[in-house]
Amino acid sequence: MLNLDLKLNTKLFDKDVEQVPIRQGFGEGLVLAGSQNQQVVGLCADLTESTKMNLFAEKFPQRFVQMGVAEQNLASVASGMAAMGKIPFISSYAMFSPGRNWEQIRTTICYNNQPVKIAGSHAGISVGPDGGTHQAIEDIAIMRVIPNMVVISPCDSIEARKATLASVETGTPVYIRLAREKTPVMTSEKTSFVIGKAQIFWQGTNAKVGIIATGALLYKALQAAKELHEKGIETEVMNLATIKPLDEKAVIALANRTGKIVTVEEHQIRGGMGSAVAECLAQHKPVPMRFVGVDDKFGQSGTPEELIEHYGMGTKSIIKAVNELV
Amino acid sequence: MELIDERIIELQSKANDIRVSIIESLIEAGSGHTAGPLGMADIFTVLYFHTLKHNPKKPEWPERDRVVLSNGHICPVLYATMAHAEYFPLEELKTLRKFGSKLQGHPHREFLPALETSSGPLASGLSQAVGMALADKMDHGLTASRRIYALLSDGELESGQIWEAAMLAGKEKLHNLCAVVDRNNIQIDGYTEEIMPLESLSDKWRAWNWHVIEIDGHNIEEIADAFASAKSVFGKPTVIIAHTIPGRGVKEFERDFRWHGNPPGKGPTDMIPAEEQGRVALKELRTLGGKIKSEHE
Repeated sequence: MLNLDLKLNTKLFDKDVEQVPIRQGFGEGLVLAGSQNQQVVGLCADLTESTKMNLFAEKFPQRFVQMGVAEQNLASVASGMAAMGKIPFISSYAMFSPGRNWEQIRTTICYNNQPVKIAGSHAGISVGPDGGTHQAIEDIAIMRVIPNMVVISPCDSIEARKATLASVETGTPVYIRLAREKTPVMTSEKTSFVIGKAQIFWQGTNAKVGIIATGALLYKALQAAKELHEKGIETEVMNLATIKPLDEKAVIALANRTGKIVTVEEHQIRGGMGSAVAECLAQHKPVPMRFVGVDDKFGQSGTPEELIEHYGMGTKSIIKAVNELV
Repeated sequence: MELIDERIIELQSKANDIRVSIIESLIEAGSGHTAGPLGMADIFTVLYFHTLKHNPKKPEWPERDRVVLSNGHICPVLYATMAHAEYFPLEELKTLRKFGSKLQGHPHREFLPALETSSGPLASGLSQAVGMALADKMDHGLTASRRIYALLSDGELESGQIWEAAMLAGKEKLHNLCAVVDRNNIQIDGYTEEIMPLESLSDKWRAWNWHVIEIDGHNIEEIADAFASAKSVFGKPTVIIAHTIPGRGVKEFERDFRWHGNPPGKGPTDMIPAEEQGRVALKELRTLGGKIKSEHE
């Protein structure tokens, strides 16, 4: 059952559950961050409205820089601004930043350990009709592999707002993964958020499988858990919002309690969140695992729902993975 | 500020000392780049011993000017100049490229915190300098007085990121930004105009709304004047296109692209045998130092 201690959205499983794009939370969080800290600046590569940085640009025009379609410059200019004491947030589609400008992020931001915050919007396959070129499903892999980088994949708009605010304080580079489509709001204003802390959203007595999900697919994981519970199969569902640094303690504890793990992410299976979990468990608590994600394929046009189903990341696929382990 | 002859001679002599240090450190390292560092020694000398507002004893002094070396591979000249400016002891130059050294093969700020940035992969330095200039202008507007210097190679101008940065600097009218292009016409595979023609270079910068100054990159007075006049340019960033001779100071090394990426001892052997290269280079530089003095005496 839902972990009530976390003060999650009580209407979570209602048909009319509130739906808000995760990127909206980033836009609102950045305005708050800008109000609280004069050093926060925003830079965008010609996708200001799409990435919701327009909210910041309207409120703080003097602290916003329109970069044009130039993502490599975007990353390195931000590094230079950070060297002068600014806390720059840069935004574009994840496919272009951090997709196109990976080396600039590695060398000019992470190698220098400059506190640049990279907001990659339109991540995942649920970008939908734009097609495979615009669906970033490799971004977690390429960000988590760089030293000094913190990687956060919020599950909903409220968590994205909190993650944006929290990232101001880390003193490190941070990658925040955002999605385009409206997705269910699972948390509430009162749900705590701490970078590096995983949370158990769904608890099950003597759960046989632990499901670890990140991003909006957490909702599918919760639906799967509920359905399985109704069939008498108990699971636990973890929201792993911070992929790096990994909350190893919580992941190992979940594996200890359940003995089996399914990971769920809107990302390539290779190199993603599931791989991060496997790297941890293989060393500290090897248990049977299944990985729900994109299996070494590119995306295509379609509705988000069609694509999630087609590429095997829907509720049915999660239930199937759990059943394979039970 | 105009330079009196005595000061010019001092700076010429300092540049020569820096060239000697470059060769000495490269010999110790057994790898690294020779041509670019020798070619840029005069510009680094003027920058660090005449133009720059800095304090080697307090490298974190907030009001300092900033130097961003974009083409990190010419770091032997950066390190030698910083050592002569007393950022760290001259003896440390012998640790270039060695395990645990402050002087990494390409500059790394974590090992040498007095650096403004790490560099190596080409073409991202101008962007970082633009970011620094932009941040300062955001806070201080047209009165922003800290100067941001970006040192670039000509070869790296083949990369698109340079022009992304140039476009933004022109758009933002960054008067506090001064780029220097080391126009030495060589890169690792050959001569720039054969690899990928860059001319007409000054027109390209003007097209992005930059103020362009072309100088002889070995003439101390011209270098100092260019840095000084860049400060008075209003509403535009300045680029100094410095025509330099790669390998400057060792005549067997000069203008030969094969000296781009090799240290003495591993360079082309048709002029000097490998085992003689270090000794010959040091001898020539030390003799040249004597000549410069005698010419002006």
